[in-house]
Amino acid sequence: MTRRAIGIAVLVAIALLPFVPMGGMRQYVLHVVIQIFIWSFIGNAWSLMGRFGLVSLGHGAFLGVGAYTTTLLWNFYGLTPWIGVFVAMAAAVVLALIVAYPCSRFGIIGHYFGLVTLAVGEVIRLLLIAERDWTGGSLGLTLKTAGDASFKAIQYADKRVFYYGSFVIWIFGLWVWHRLDRSMARAAMEAIGEDETAAASVGIHVSRFKLAITSLSAALTALGGVAYAQYIAYVNPETLAGVGVSLRIVFAVVLGGMYSLLGPTVGTALTISLSEYLRVKFGVHFIGMAETIYGLVLVVFIIFLPTGISGSLRGLFVRRRATTPAPARA
Amino acid sequence: MSGLFDLVVNNPLLLAEAALNGLLLGGVLALLALGLNLIFGVLDIVWIVYVDLAMLCMYLIYFTVQVYHWPLLAGAAAGIALGVVLGVAVHLLIITPILGSPPVNQLLATGGLLFFIQSLATFLWTTDHRSVRLTLPTIEVAGMFVSFARLIAFGLATGGLLFFIQSLATFLWTTDHRSVRLTLPTIEVAGMFVSFARLIAFGLAVLVMVGLYLFLTRTYIGTAIRAVSQDRGAMSLMGASPQRIYTVTSAVGGALAGVAAALLIIQYSVHPYFGAAFGPITFMICVLGGLGNMFGAFVASFIMSEIISIGGVAWSTEMGYVIAFALFIVLMFIRPGGIFAKRQ
Repeated sequence: MTRRAIGIAVLVAIALLPFVPMGGMRQYVLHVVIQIFIWSFIGNAWSLMGRFGLVSLGHGAFLGVGAYTTTLLWNFYGLTPWIGVFVAMAAAVVLALIVAYPCSRFGIIGHYFGLVTLAVGEVIRLLLIAERDWTGGSLGLTLKTAGDASFKAIQYADKRVFYYGSFVIWIFGLWVWHRLDRSMARAAMEAIGEDETAAASVGIHVSRFKLAITSLSAALTALGGVAYAQYIAYVNPETLAGVGVSLRIVFAVVLGGMYSLLGPTVGTALTISLSEYLRVKFGVHFIGMAETIYGLVLVVFIIFLPTGISGSLRGLFVRRRATTPAPARA
Repeated sequence: MSGLFDLVVNNPLLLAEAALNGLLLGGVLALLALGLNLIFGVLDIVWIVYVDLAMLCMYLIYFTVQVYHWPLLAGAAAGIALGVVLGVAVHLLIITPILGSPPVNQLLATGGLLFFIQSLATFLWTTDHRSVRLTLPTIEVAGMFVSFARLIAFGLATGGLLFFIQSLATFLWTTDHRSVRLTLPTIEVAGMFVSFARLIAFGLAVLVMVGLYLFLTRTYIGTAIRAVSQDRGAMSLMGASPQRIYTVTSAVGGALAGVAAALLIIQYSVHPYFGAAFGPITFMICVLGGLGNMFGAFVASFIMSEIISIGGVAWSTEMGYVIAFALFIVLMFIRPGGIFAKRQ
């Protein structure tokens, strides 16, 4: 009862945030929160796979495919992103299947899976750079503008539109996570993550579950990529594909905790706030300082709190309330 | 395919130059890959941060040589020493506490360190590119820029090399001269450009590899290292301390990063994202060659470097890498244990 009340209070607070008088700070605060929503959603999508031991180091590939698909369709064919987003998600699913099927078929798991996906992320990034005739190469690509407020192009000068949009997407991500958490698929996936052979021996269709979860994760990541591209109105291979962004997604989730609902959000909120804080505090004098602290914190966390901030906090509460210890998770 | 076709038919000299440069790049990649592969094979942990450690050594060599005017060899020795310290530090501070956790956590922990080093380098030294360049003259021979010093050095460099590489190099060397004389009247020859720095690096890389090979096969600790990579459990049953062997392995791996740094700094400039540029390809080479398989990593380095070099000339630099990565993915599916693994 109290948990539900707190939840509703938080949601109401989030919904009312744009109306709080903040003077000149409003645009900036909204910008930071929108980024937190979008990247939390992407982290959430990643953790759908990551929590079952399918640690992908190439989610930038799906992000890039998603963002570039809608952007190119809009810029060259004038196709509205409302339809483009489905094409983008479909493209990401196709890519996911091309990678995941052989991985599942040939039993590529653990850090080998990580390295294969890492290569996939790099392939997409380099292809985006190499095909510079359409994609603008490493200079990136700006979305063709359609005025200050265009529903068809999903372009709005008013940040509040994106604020609510990204809020809805974030809630959607949490809902998907929750549904999966309560489903039979979760039990099956956990069994697969522990031991594939044992899981197969009790009748779990290993390949089918792995492909389904990978496709779901890829599609949602592509959606996140589209959301980010629409908001920033600019796509760049370095920020939307490749190793850098892929690792960023993974680290934010690991920091927050990939086994809990709000883990990716906590991690993303923390990393984005930290880098924004240090950026504002030190300006351009200490470029790299934010990431330096972030990297150090990350290493310490992985060593001492392997379940992340959210997971560890929850573990602490559970232990206090009940005498039984929190379930140990790897 | 048109790019490659063009190259083969119309510009064999350019192709030969690309192949030769690929061979030389392969030497450097092999060195980076060998150190990583040693750690990979013994500890079964992917040090994502490995190339970034080499980058730190490169910075040290850069500062000692360019700013404090040390001789290059002294700078290189300092770089190697730093490599040893870094290797041991990473092992004791980061790997040891989480030896029992899932491999993915270990990979992420070194990944976090990568972030730390990359950002710290940006913070301390900005994103400026810095290099220690050796300048050597080139001689123009009948429209072709060739330095005899380079060719001699190349001959010397190949001296310590495995037989097949040597014959391949000699083959290229002679075709080069022939193609100049034969094609000069018909095709405007741009000439082959081979960097002297790369030749030195290549030669030394080969020497170090031979040294590593001797260390692993001829010394007691080397034999122990190989034994651990074969069977971890049995090793401790035999009364050896895996912990000590892990530390020694990390130190040797770090030293190899230092050597690689010394050879890289004379041909590439160092910048905070150096690790990001060479890291992924180095992991791919290790996996492709087979976990802990030194010979496999050696051959894989040359396969990858040739693809990158020739692909780069035929299409574009990015496409060279795309093909190399795509090949890695496909080979992973076909031969997950590496190119030299026996089929299960």
